[in-house]
Amino acid sequence: MKKLIVALGAIWLIGYFIIPSVDSYIVSILLYAGINAILAMSLNLVNGCTGQFSMGHAGFMSIGGYIAALITLSLPIQTGLFPLAILTAGCVAAFAGLIVGLPSLRLRGDYLAIVTLGFGEIIRVVLLNINVIGGARGLPNIAHLSNFSWVFGCMVITLFSIERILRSPYGRAFLAVREDEVAAEAMGVDTTHAKLQAFVIGAFFAGCAGALFAHTLRYLNPQIFDFNRSFEIIIIVVLGGMGNIRGSIIAAFLLTFMREALRPLQDITRIDFRMIIYAIMLISLMLLSPEGILSSKWRKRGRS
Amino acid sequence: MVEFVQHVINGLSLGSIYALIALGYTMVFGVLQLINFAHGDLYMLGAFIGFYTSQWLHLDDNPGISSLLIALGAAMTGCALAGYIIERCAYRPLRHAPRINVLITSVGVSLLLQFSGQLFFGSDAKFFPQLYRPSGMIHVGELTINPIQIIVFVISLGLMIILQTIIMKTRTGRAMRAVSFNHELAALMGIPTDRVISLTFMLGSALAGAAGVLVGLAYPKIEPLMGVMPGLKAFISAVLGGIGNITGAVVGAMLLGLAEEFLVGYWAPTYKDALAFGLLILILLFKPTGLLGTKATEKV
Repeated sequence: MKKLIVALGAIWLIGYFIIPSVDSYIVSILLYAGINAILAMSLNLVNGCTGQFSMGHAGFMSIGGYIAALITLSLPIQTGLFPLAILTAGCVAAFAGLIVGLPSLRLRGDYLAIVTLGFGEIIRVVLLNINVIGGARGLPNIAHLSNFSWVFGCMVITLFSIERILRSPYGRAFLAVREDEVAAEAMGVDTTHAKLQAFVIGAFFAGCAGALFAHTLRYLNPQIFDFNRSFEIIIIVVLGGMGNIRGSIIAAFLLTFMREALRPLQDITRIDFRMIIYAIMLISLMLLSPEGILSSKWRKRGRS
Repeated sequence: MVEFVQHVINGLSLGSIYALIALGYTMVFGVLQLINFAHGDLYMLGAFIGFYTSQWLHLDDNPGISSLLIALGAAMTGCALAGYIIERCAYRPLRHAPRINVLITSVGVSLLLQFSGQLFFGSDAKFFPQLYRPSGMIHVGELTINPIQIIVFVISLGLMIILQTIIMKTRTGRAMRAVSFNHELAALMGIPTDRVISLTFMLGSALAGAAGVLVGLAYPKIEPLMGVMPGLKAFISAVLGGIGNITGAVVGAMLLGLAEEFLVGYWAPTYKDALAFGLLILILLFKPTGLLGTKATEKV
């Protein structure tokens, strides 16, 4: 707890004194990296720590983003409103996670992959068809409420909460489900319940990340939250190491910076070239080092 | 009434294409317990092989059944080969790895096929050559039937019967059934399981390739990302019918094809892509083994 307060204080100081003098392009990359880190950590709780495979994280993110944007757009803007919007966004996303998880988590992991993938698509189709939030035109003019302190503060809180959860009896149950579902059940773990808890918590943080994203980009469009967005989060988790929460943060920063560095290549080939690189990375990581690329030092500390 | 029958015909034609793809999913799931996400992209590959073969051999200069069969054969061979390479390079090294790793690899293979497809074939849509030009619509009473729909349906049905014969009547088919029943026991009985799994992949991929050409015939716009949605829907068909069950895959695919056609025809066309996933969630809630599936208990 003390560490958390110190970290939050440090982030506030950096955000107050150093960030205003940094180039705004770099700051925006840092913000997206931080948001990706929150998304990756929350997905890692489901995919890495509980051994389930969710492929619709962008769906929860989009729910969070739209809910938070609607709150700040419809109520008169005050700074105090923003944390409230983030929390509401998280809760609504968590509720969506409950609805999606309930039917699919009773079954083996592979079904979850398809159901979540499908859920992400359903959300996108539904968002496209709601006129109040702009449909395919998107939702512009979202207030610029998010900044370095908010994003990195949320990132640290997410890290802290997920690591705490993993060290609690609940988290032990998640890890037991990952290692051997049948054995865990035999030891008295309610596996469906544990999977559902992990899934709902993951959805909550994804919703919060969506809220931050909406107020960083200041424009939402259902197309932003397509398959590729979900795959991007998965590759971050795999790169950082499945079940390695701190690895996810490093991988999120690596990958977000890499994407910026690859932008010129995209202009030359006129296609989304980073997806080819992501795909090759995914396959070769699984074949050569399924633990992720980060060293064992991080692994020992990060994986509880 | 006429409109209703028309929708049934369209639905069955769409369903037979889903069925061809769904068969590959269900076969691979049978032997490996793996959802091969790359399967939908093999179907895309099949369409493009058909496209380039007909361009290379100028097949659309003399359209007809024989040109169609040449393109079909090329696509099936090419896809079988691609399926073999994918299984050999990406899935076989992971035979004893945790299942989630294999799943991630198949997602990777799928993305690789999609986006290298964009790199090599170009990301813009291409017009599939008319390998068969019907002289006109067939009129039965007030119904109008496009002959292409009949051809698609007949060819799919023929391929399904061939597949069923291979699986139920030949030694290889018996080996496949043995491997899907119990992997290790089959190996103990002297069945070369690796070879059987490769063969299953090749068969499934060939069917996906055939589906690609047939889709090119019926809906002549092909592009590298075209495999994603039909692939997912075919998988859902397989789950609807009971995954691992050959007949179930066909039944599920026909049902899904009909359901989509009726949704588009009578109710809400914009929600077409959401319907399949809604059905999937419903079936998982109420009958997770699928319509024709049997319940299997996991033994330790």
